[in-house]
Amino acid sequence: MSYNPTAPDTTADRTTGEPATLPTDRRTGCPFDPPAGLTAPDDRPLRRMRYADGHIGWLATSHAAARAVLSDPRFSARYELLHLPVPMPGMEGMTQVPPASPGDFLGLDAPEHTRFRRLLTGKFTVRRMRQLAERVEGFTHECLDAMEQAGPVVDLVEAFARPVPALMICELLGVPYADRDRFQGHVATVFDQTSDAEARGAAFAAVGQFIGELVAAKRAEPTDDLLSDLTTSDLTEEELIGVGGVLLAAGLDTTANMLGLGTFALLSNPGQLDALRADPGLAEQTVEELLRYLSVADPIARAALEDVEIEGQLVRAGETVTVSVQAANRDPLKFPEPDRLDIHRRATGHLSFGHGPHQCLGQQLARVEMTVAFPALFARFPTLRLAVPPQEVPLRDRANIYGVISLPVTWDKE
Amino acid sequence: MSDPNERLRLGVDRDRCVGAGMCALTAPEVFDQDDDEGLVVLLHPEPAPGHRAAARMAAGLCPARAIILHSPDPTDP
Ligand code: SF4
Repeated sequence: MSYNPTAPDTTADRTTGEPATLPTDRRTGCPFDPPAGLTAPDDRPLRRMRYADGHIGWLATSHAAARAVLSDPRFSARYELLHLPVPMPGMEGMTQVPPASPGDFLGLDAPEHTRFRRLLTGKFTVRRMRQLAERVEGFTHECLDAMEQAGPVVDLVEAFARPVPALMICELLGVPYADRDRFQGHVATVFDQTSDAEARGAAFAAVGQFIGELVAAKRAEPTDDLLSDLTTSDLTEEELIGVGGVLLAAGLDTTANMLGLGTFALLSNPGQLDALRADPGLAEQTVEELLRYLSVADPIARAALEDVEIEGQLVRAGETVTVSVQAANRDPLKFPEPDRLDIHRRATGHLSFGHGPHQCLGQQLARVEMTVAFPALFARFPTLRLAVPPQEVPLRDRANIYGVISLPVTWDKE
Repeated sequence: MSDPNERLRLGVDRDRCVGAGMCALTAPEVFDQDDDEGLVVLLHPEPAPGHRAAARMAAGLCPARAIILHSPDPTDP
């Protein structure tokens, strides 16, 4: 199929003159499913979409279109070229996105992006991350011990889902043990949707200052960790602090939400959970399937640098394409019966870590953390269950990273 | 489908590699990553028959198209 510019445009949205906005409401329906309308039966892998500032761009929902956009260098990740799919919470009036601040390589293209990426990839290899499995195990059991003492009835997010990745990222970045509580406290506030904007702003500033001090300390006295290594690179002080912040944000909120929402999903699918309990060898597969099924980090936006044809549709230079990871991961052409959580399926090829040059740098760490953490949790608490009705679990439906705000759980004491 | 007797030759383009590690995860017998930059290292340019399927899959999964298959076969991840 090829695009014919002289043919009448038959996209329904255009004929009505009202392109839809990005569907974001998950409140009706299953908490693990994408918002209604996002994956509606639709033979157009790319459809017109209205952005927060009125821009008419595109929404990519098929697996093939998503992969094509994310791996094509004619699409840019530079923030200042993008239009926001939905208004930023708390910044509704913002129409233009500022360029990436120093060190925020997520908003850069090659070759600037490559420069940062090359400094970091060696620290996140499959082999290195597997070597960390033992540390993850140690932290996981510490958290489970504390949870056992505190309960039954604990908030699993606070007791388990947040601290496990937080301790690991502290370990990687080289946050001294004595500072970890202070650091974790600030970080928890930054990501806490229930605290007010002012408190979150103050916590955000505190995290920035914390990383600044940490960088200075590593420069004065390098230890065996990632930040110390980076102080010997050609990064400026500002860039170094920026990179630290990116790694922290990316390594924390994502995995924490996968652990929280993933536990909720497994508890809601007892058959699947039983299968995992019976065969812990399914852990890696379960993690891939949960990544696909939950797609917590979504969406991803790119801007066309020139006219590009994607799946037979012409995207014009300057137009933003929003790639819906959730929709792509529920594409029935790629994953049969996509709305079923099935830990026996081969979910490899999901786009939850993105695709293309920006594909998640920390994905192997995330995999190791989850592969260790989920089985350990269910082994320690064989009777783990929700302490509230499922519909009362508060969802992060306005956050960039989807998940649960808290997950009250209980179990039978021996 | 691929002919099992057909030889599979692989190449890698380290300039394109973004070090995401999908290859080393999917076909650890065939690919590794170097410790310095985390970029792909090709251990076996002509993988043994038992490792060919995984190698093809790794090529399909690579986010940067840094793995080159010299026998044109399906690479759908
Ligand atoms: S999967 Fe591709 S990008 Fe990732 S390490 Fe292997 S060759 Fe490099």
